[in-house]
Amino acid sequence: MSVTLTQSAANHVQKYIAKRGKGIGIRLGVKTTGCSGLAYKLEYADASLPEDLVFDSYGMKVIVDPKSFAVLDGTELDFQKEGLNEGFKFNNPREKARCGCGESFTV
Amino acid sequence: MALLQISEPGESPEPHTRRLAVGIDLGTTNSLVATIRNAVPECLPDEAGRTMLPSAVRYAEQGIVDVGHLALAHRGDDALNTITSVKRFMGRSIADVREETKARYQFTTPSGDGKGQLKITTRRGAISPIEVSAEILKTLKARAEESLGGELYGAVITVPAYFDDAQRQATKDAAQLAGLHVLRLLNEPTAAAVAYGLDQKAEGTYLIYDLGGGTFDVSILRLTRGVFEVLATAGDTHLGGDDFDEALAKHAFETWQLARALSPAGQANLLAASRAAKEALSDNETATIKVNWGCGFDSSVDVSRERFYELTRPLVDRTISAVKKTLRDAKLKVGDIDGVVLVGGATRTPQVRAALEAHFGKPALATMNPDEVVALGAAIQADQLAGNAKQGEQHLLLDVIPLSLGIETMGNLVEKIVSRNSTIPIAKAQEFTTFKDGQTAMAVHVVQGERELVSDCRSLARFELRGIPPMVAGAARIRVTFQVDADGLLSVSATEVTSGARAEVAVKPSYGLADGEIATMLQVAYTHASADMQARALAEARVDASALVQALGIALDEDRALLSESEAVALTSQVAFLKQLAEGTDHRAIARATEDLNRASTDFAGRRMDKAVNKALAGKNIASIA
Repeated sequence: MSVTLTQSAANHVQKYIAKRGKGIGIRLGVKTTGCSGLAYKLEYADASLPEDLVFDSYGMKVIVDPKSFAVLDGTELDFQKEGLNEGFKFNNPREKARCGCGESFTV
Repeated sequence: MALLQISEPGESPEPHTRRLAVGIDLGTTNSLVATIRNAVPECLPDEAGRTMLPSAVRYAEQGIVDVGHLALAHRGDDALNTITSVKRFMGRSIADVREETKARYQFTTPSGDGKGQLKITTRRGAISPIEVSAEILKTLKARAEESLGGELYGAVITVPAYFDDAQRQATKDAAQLAGLHVLRLLNEPTAAAVAYGLDQKAEGTYLIYDLGGGTFDVSILRLTRGVFEVLATAGDTHLGGDDFDEALAKHAFETWQLARALSPAGQANLLAASRAAKEALSDNETATIKVNWGCGFDSSVDVSRERFYELTRPLVDRTISAVKKTLRDAKLKVGDIDGVVLVGGATRTPQVRAALEAHFGKPALATMNPDEVVALGAAIQADQLAGNAKQGEQHLLLDVIPLSLGIETMGNLVEKIVSRNSTIPIAKAQEFTTFKDGQTAMAVHVVQGERELVSDCRSLARFELRGIPPMVAGAARIRVTFQVDADGLLSVSATEVTSGARAEVAVKPSYGLADGEIATMLQVAYTHASADMQARALAEARVDASALVQALGIALDEDRALLSESEAVALTSQVAFLKQLAEGTDHRAIARATEDLNRASTDFAGRRMDKAVNKALAGKNIASIA
C-alpha cells in the first residue's frame, strides 16, 4: 500500500527541486482526460494538504491525494533514458491499457 | 512512448497539448540549444553529455557534412572545407570581411562582381553563410527533437544586439532552411537578462559583459515596464577566451626558446595545453603548461596565477575600456548600473571578475553557467511564446530597434520616421510630397542611422513609386509607412493618397554593417551633432534656392515681356548669383540671397498674377463672373 520512487527517479527529483529552488517533494495524481480516459499528473509540491497521503522514498516526499491513490496504489515512478530522451515513467500495476503516446491510460 | 516531466503545481498540461519550444544560442565559436524541462530551463546535451556544439561545419567528401566536434577535428588538415566562425559572415559582403580572415577561405559572390552577400568556395561548390548556419541549426534541431521525443513547435534564436537588418534576416533565413519555425529573434544580452529573471523586476539598468571564445560584447540594457531598451553597445569582434590561451602559449614558447617555429599540429597541441592551464588557474594558484611533442620529447613550464594575470592584463584592460565607453555612450555613471551580468566562458577567469568588481564596486551576477545563460534565456522566452506559460504569468518581452530608420528627402537629407529605441513591433507613417510640377514618380530610399545626411547613414533599400497623377509641386500626398516586426525586420510601403498608387519593399539589404559599426555610428552621430545641423541647414538652404531658381527660370521664359529690359537683366543676374552661391557652403549667405531674390521678384510675380487673372476674365462680363 504505497506509491514509491526508484533510486534514479528520486535522484532526479532531488536534482530538479534544487534547480527550481523550492519544493517539499513531488505530487503524483490522476485526472480524467485524454484519449484513454485518465492522465497522470506529475507536479512539484510546495505544501501538502491534511487529507493527502505522504510517502517517503529514498529521502524524497511523495504526495498523493486520496482520490488518485485509488488508481495509483502500488505505482513506482521511474526515471528513464531512451537515447537523448529522458523523463519520468509511471509503472502502475492497475493500468490496463494506454494510448499509443503513453500520456493517458485506462484502469 | 512519451516520458513525463514534472510541472509546476496546478500546471500539469492536458495530454498532447504541450508545445515543444527551444531557445538557440547560435554563437560565433559554440552553439547551444535549451528548453524548459521539468519546469526549469536547461541546455540539452549530445550523446557524450556535451551541451556546447562547436560552430564548425565541414563539407567532407561524398557529400557528407560534419558539424561540431567532428568538423573541428579537421580544421587543421582540411581547412578550406571546414568553416568556423561563420557568424562573422552572416549578411555580409566580401568588402566587410577583415583582411586576416580573407586568407582563410576562398570567397566569391553570386554575381561575381564582389557585391552582395558573400559565399565560401568549398569542395561542394559555393556555400553561403546562411547554408553553413543552417547545418548548425539542423544539428541542434535534431538533438532537441530526439531529446524531447517530438517535433519542435518553434525556436527563439539569439543574435547580437548590434546585428543589423541584413544579419538578422540572414539568421532567419538560416533557420527556415533548417526547417525551424522562428518564434522570435532575441538580442543576446536581453536573453541573458531574462535567464537571470531580471525581466520580472519593475525596472533597472543592467550591463551585460559577454566575453566569448572569439568575440567580446558589452551592452547596457534598461528595463522599464517589461521593455528592454539597448542603451548602448560596444565591443571587440576579435577578442575572447582564445586570446587568453594565446597569451599563455606565447609565454610558454618564449620560455622554452624553441629553435624553430611550430608545425600546425604542434601549435594546436600548445594551444590545447595552454587552455587546460588557463582553466586550471581559475581554481588553483599555479598550473603547468605541458606539451608532449612526440618522439619522447616534451616541454613544460609552471605558471602562477599572478603571472597569468600579468600576461593577460592588456586583454582585460581592453574590455574595461569598452565598458567605460559604453557607459559614456549611454551617459551613465558606474553607480547607475543595478547589476552586471556575466556571459561567455571566458568570464570564468578570476581576473575578469576582479576587474569588473573593482570597476563597479560590487560582484557581478555569476550564479549561472556563463556558457549557457543566453540559450537558457532564449528557452524561457520560447516557452512563453509557444503558449506554455500559465495564463497571467505570460509577459511579452519587447525589444527595441538599435538605429533610426528613415528615408532620403531632397538635398541628401534624412527624414527619420522610426526613431532609435522605439519598441517593436511598430508601424509609423509620414506624408511626403512631390518637388517638381508634373512629377509622376518618386524614388524612396530607405536608410538606417542617426546622422542628418544620407551619405553618412547606411542605405537599406531603394524602390520607386510610379503612377502619381501629374500635379503641381507639393500637391501630391505620398504616405510612406514603415513597419518593423517583432524580429526587428523592416518593410516599407509608399502610397499616393489621392490616386491610390502603391509600392512597397520588404527590406532585404544586399550586405550588412561591419561589426560594431552601429556603436561607432551612434558615437559619431553624437560627436557630429553640430556639424550635422550645419550640413542640414546648408542642404535645406540649397533646396529652397534651387526651387526659387527653377520657378523664376520658368517665369522669365514665359513672361519676360512683363518686365522692362533693366528689370529683366537685374533679375537674371540675381538668379545667376544665387545659383553660384548655392554651390558654395555658406548656408546663411544662400538663405539671405534666396530671401533677397524672393523679395526682388515679388513685383514680377504680382504682374504675372494680374496677367493670369486678366486672361481668365477675358471675354467675360461682370455678371458672368459674379
